[in-house]
Amino acid sequence: MRSRIAPAAALMAAVLLATSCGGAGEVQDDAAADLDVSTGVTENSIKIGSHQPLTGPAAPGYSQISIGAGAVFDYINANGGIHGRDIDYVVKDDAYDPARTIEVTRELVHSDEIFAMLGGLGTPTHSKVVDFLNEEGVPDLFVSSGALMWNQPDKYPLTFGYQVDYTKEAKIQGSYIAENMPDAKVGYLHQNDDVGTDSEIGLEQYVAEQRVAVESYDPGNTDLGPQISALKEAGADVVVCSCIPAFSALAILESASIGYEPQFVVSTIGADTATLKGLLSEFAAEAGNEDLPVEQLLDGMIYTGYLPSITQQDDPWIQLYSQIYEEHADSDRPITNTTVYGMVQATMMGQALMSAGPDLTRQSLIDAVHEQDWAGPGLVPFSSTENDHGGFAGAMVLRFRAGKEPEVLQEAMVTDNRGGEITTAEVERPAPEEVSFFGE
Amino acid sequence: MVSLRNHESTGQGEQPRRASAPSAADRWRALPALVRFPLAAAAAFAAVLALTFVTGPTGDLRIGSVGYYMLAIAGLQLLIGYSGQISLGHGAFMFLGAYTMALLVLHQPALPLWLNMLITVVLSCAAGVLVGAATARLHGPYLAGATLALAVGLPSVTVRFPELLGGSNGLAFSTRGAPPALAGVITNTQWQAAAVWLTTLIGLVVLATISAGRLGRRMRALRDDESAAGLAGVPVGRTKVIAFVISAGAGGLAGACQAYLLGTATPSSFTVTLSLSLLAALVLGGLGSMWGAFFGAVALVYVEVWGEDLAHALSLDSNVANNLPIVFFGVLLILVILVWPQGLHGMLRSLAGLVRRGR
Repeated sequence: MRSRIAPAAALMAAVLLATSCGGAGEVQDDAAADLDVSTGVTENSIKIGSHQPLTGPAAPGYSQISIGAGAVFDYINANGGIHGRDIDYVVKDDAYDPARTIEVTRELVHSDEIFAMLGGLGTPTHSKVVDFLNEEGVPDLFVSSGALMWNQPDKYPLTFGYQVDYTKEAKIQGSYIAENMPDAKVGYLHQNDDVGTDSEIGLEQYVAEQRVAVESYDPGNTDLGPQISALKEAGADVVVCSCIPAFSALAILESASIGYEPQFVVSTIGADTATLKGLLSEFAAEAGNEDLPVEQLLDGMIYTGYLPSITQQDDPWIQLYSQIYEEHADSDRPITNTTVYGMVQATMMGQALMSAGPDLTRQSLIDAVHEQDWAGPGLVPFSSTENDHGGFAGAMVLRFRAGKEPEVLQEAMVTDNRGGEITTAEVERPAPEEVSFFGE
Repeated sequence: MVSLRNHESTGQGEQPRRASAPSAADRWRALPALVRFPLAAAAAFAAVLALTFVTGPTGDLRIGSVGYYMLAIAGLQLLIGYSGQISLGHGAFMFLGAYTMALLVLHQPALPLWLNMLITVVLSCAAGVLVGAATARLHGPYLAGATLALAVGLPSVTVRFPELLGGSNGLAFSTRGAPPALAGVITNTQWQAAAVWLTTLIGLVVLATISAGRLGRRMRALRDDESAAGLAGVPVGRTKVIAFVISAGAGGLAGACQAYLLGTATPSSFTVTLSLSLLAALVLGGLGSMWGAFFGAVALVYVEVWGEDLAHALSLDSNVANNLPIVFFGVLLILVILVWPQGLHGMLRSLAGLVRRGR
């Protein structure tokens, strides 16, 4: 046996030695990619790509995002496109698995030859392709995640954040609680990744003294019983839930089932009430409780938001989006706030492409994004300047009311993700007719 | 039960040898395993390298994926197809390999790739000894259950040590591409695919050599009848543990190749689904032959791609289209098992047999 392994090992060593003379982790910096190109742009089309969880654990809820974006692009195309070009929106399923994200992103860039990436979803997923996209010179607009890492213009000049980052949002939640509920005991419930750590940093700046418990959950384990009991034990009157939708719903259900009624303060990522209602009914039905009053359970929930909500039926943008969704969406589900999230991304992409002009290159798109005046569907200011790629810079505080429009508890505020102050934001919201996101 | 005959190195019993002068195939088979396997591997490497010149960067990534899956499945083949032990936890060793690679690249960037690979193999083999020794007394469903627990539990370690292992977001890193001397001749993605295939083929040569030798014979004897093998003097426990260790080493190396190719190690890539997919791919490819690993790996990577293309071509409703690739794989698995219980490899063999008889 030994005599056979020895030559095999010698061969292995020889060939591998020959193949790698330097350290595997010693990477040279490549020259910056050429941005004066129009890859993916033809006379009459612009190819935009995205990776989304269309199947797998993150698909419920999040698969609506690309349906919304696709509907807006259809609407743009039906109305003459952008400077005469139609948008060709290519969505690839990564099932929220980073290995798949890498594969589909390379496919989008090399095989489909997309012009730009829009709204790639997820922190664990998108963080594995952000280097690649920047090296290849592909504009990476409006990442669908609130991680802080997208806002690094020096390291990732082509990547732009979209949703308010977790720390900014938590600061606004924290200051609202400290001002309006100064005597409340506060408990945190958050996901055990960057969502949790970044949120905690923000909250601690304002409610560290009121905090009585910090609980975290793992997205792979759907039993929230221990965490909710611990929060009840600690006597928390306010629970700040920095959770994805499924876990906001589970937290609300679990509390109801043990007779614990704290004031929930939920982050935008888990506060889409239409999605929550669906999840609550689904979970309740699984537990054999068909007619749970889901509206009542959610009634009074405080949440932060930076986009118009579908319950605001008077909002001109929501009216337009509802109409677009009905006419163009490839889905039989009702429109949700998550759909609106994707629709706003697509609208903003349209705005940037319009500003970039008819002679479209990747550089002209990036320049347009840097200089864009983002007045439009969003409720808070959006930053995408040369030095700040942070996306939505703050949030409003709202309260859900069963069967009614949400009540605005605090108008839009903006802040930074460090120790800076929270200030009132000046927001200008033109109607859809005044915003150019398609046309000649 | 798989019969002894189903192994590439044993003679093709069903075909009476023609009396005429020995053909090229006969002469090839007469070569000693130690010459034959490296030669075949060198030919396969040349073929893969040539293939990467035709395909684009996306193709390179897929070819590389076939490579590391093949290595993982081949390790599983040795364990299940040859020694008859069922493991549902092979993904755990891939997890171990991927994280070892990631940590080495991040914290010891000066170490060359081949050393990283060797360290990974050593570590995974060590883990294989621990697990194998603990599970050597188990067989059948009990072994499957124990290894399943490993696959379920191990990825959660990342959440326990978020500073070191990056929590549920995992680790991301970049590795050195093609040497500057080769710039313009070979792209980085080609280089990576070639490195993965070189590792895989060396691994396969080792695996094939082992299974063609005394240890392989012992494993097959164990698989077919444990008591009989024991009576005949085969050390039952030791052989089982050795099979487990070798298979763990192959799994770890496959994980390292995956991490190297993708530049990431993330817990969500190493769920139970991965372990089950590897097993399904092995059964689909064919138990009892290293070729089964190849067909299984190709199916694992490309059935999904073809399923997506099909869904695209049929312009189905998005809910159906999104799940079509999974359904496609399942249906293929069921059909192949029903019609050719020996998997794709068995199918090709029986087809080849038909052709020969028809001549």
